[in-house]
Amino acid sequence: MKLKNRHLLGLEGVSKEDIGLILDTGQSFKEVLERPIKKVPPLQGKTIVNLFFESSTRTRISFELAERRLSADVVSFATAGSSVSKGETLKDTARNIEAMKIDMVVIRHSSPGAAHFLSRVVEANVINAGDGAHEHPTQALLDMMTLKAKYGSLEGVRVCIVGDILHSRVARSNIYGLITMGAKVSVCGPATLIPRGIEKLGVQVSHSLEDVIPHVDVLNVLRIQVERQQSGFFPSLREYHRYFGVTKEKVSKAAKPITIMHPGPINRDVELSADLADSEHSVILEQVTNGVAVRMAVLYLLGAA
Amino acid sequence: MKQTKVIDTVGFRRTVDRLAHEVVEKNKGAEDIVVVGIRTRGDYLAHRIARKIEEIEGKAVKVGRLDITLYRDDLRGRLDQPQLKSTEILFDIAGRVLVLVDDVLFTGRTIRSALNALMDLGRPATIQLLVLVDRGHRELPIKADFVGKNVPTSQKQEIKVSMSEADGEDAVYLIEKDD
Repeated sequence: MKLKNRHLLGLEGVSKEDIGLILDTGQSFKEVLERPIKKVPPLQGKTIVNLFFESSTRTRISFELAERRLSADVVSFATAGSSVSKGETLKDTARNIEAMKIDMVVIRHSSPGAAHFLSRVVEANVINAGDGAHEHPTQALLDMMTLKAKYGSLEGVRVCIVGDILHSRVARSNIYGLITMGAKVSVCGPATLIPRGIEKLGVQVSHSLEDVIPHVDVLNVLRIQVERQQSGFFPSLREYHRYFGVTKEKVSKAAKPITIMHPGPINRDVELSADLADSEHSVILEQVTNGVAVRMAVLYLLGAA
Repeated sequence: MKQTKVIDTVGFRRTVDRLAHEVVEKNKGAEDIVVVGIRTRGDYLAHRIARKIEEIEGKAVKVGRLDITLYRDDLRGRLDQPQLKSTEILFDIAGRVLVLVDDVLFTGRTIRSALNALMDLGRPATIQLLVLVDRGHRELPIKADFVGKNVPTSQKQEIKVSMSEADGEDAVYLIEKDD
């Protein structure tokens, strides 16, 4: 039982067996998180650096908790106040970290491909925690783990990803992972926010939430970046909410209750209505719990070997 | 490959019954006893021991299963990582008499891992070790409190425990490995 790759850079091209192994291992780690002492020893003596070149709260806390619960030594670094603000290149930063004998690197960066680049210049295992609009594999893994726990298997589960698909690494990683695992994936959003040719990845495209709702089990609602409005991708938040905001009223048209997911942080009553976010069909907090477990699984599978 | 049966189906049942009686005798009853088996065959054995103790004493005995993968000392350097499974101990072990169960006692390293794992879950009053087969060759100072059968072996031999839950029959075999 071992992953084929020694880095986790994205879910594109990752096999069904490997994703299955990560999800099953994550499920086992969930039990550790419910113990009074939430610490186990497999990464004892390993040093992990969290390189966050882009702000993040939950992903960073989630990774740090996962690392500490596996008994690794953890160093975290944010761009502000570091040598990056003094003009150091990513390569030099990486080389310097390497010189300090680090075993694993978790990187978040605004440039797509930053994690791939790093994996070529350092010896350590590299985990992508989000690179631009490219991929965010651990988010997709925690989404899949949550769905697998709910539906037993991902085979045939109908998932629609709603919102800004164009700028979303969460959408891309979810599409690759879910399709590999046999789920039926669709995307829904304004035409300006759906990349052209995305059908080639094997997803259905729709521009009407009302059309989609009767045919899905799950809505994974993406955060809408308010600054996209200034760039002219949609006219106003009010209009976005009217057409693509997921509300109790709209989902009531479905035959069976629809599971609501959101990667956070939520703009309440913009992309998702507050009552729905807090409803019994929302698994948003479950996603957060599973995030720690699935990151422990990835760190363990890459680092303990 | 030559194999010899060292415990047959009837012998297996008698051994389990005797071990359960020994546990009750040593602890003067089943009060405070909880049984924890090491996955996979230790877990099956733990359930059988617990059921037998219940039969003898007429009261319920709690059973848990322990996965020791995260505590192994050979995790690094193995080409093949063992599949991690869940520990399922749904009760408080603090202050209890914990009977730790495994099928075969060999180097003692599995038991060392299990002890560390248990310490992270709580502080039992005592831990007693029960094994079906002790085959010798200890590498750590560990000794079982209850032994089903001592089977002297050489390093070239192997012990195979079959249990109906996984293997269709209850038996123990001594296997000669070809070199």
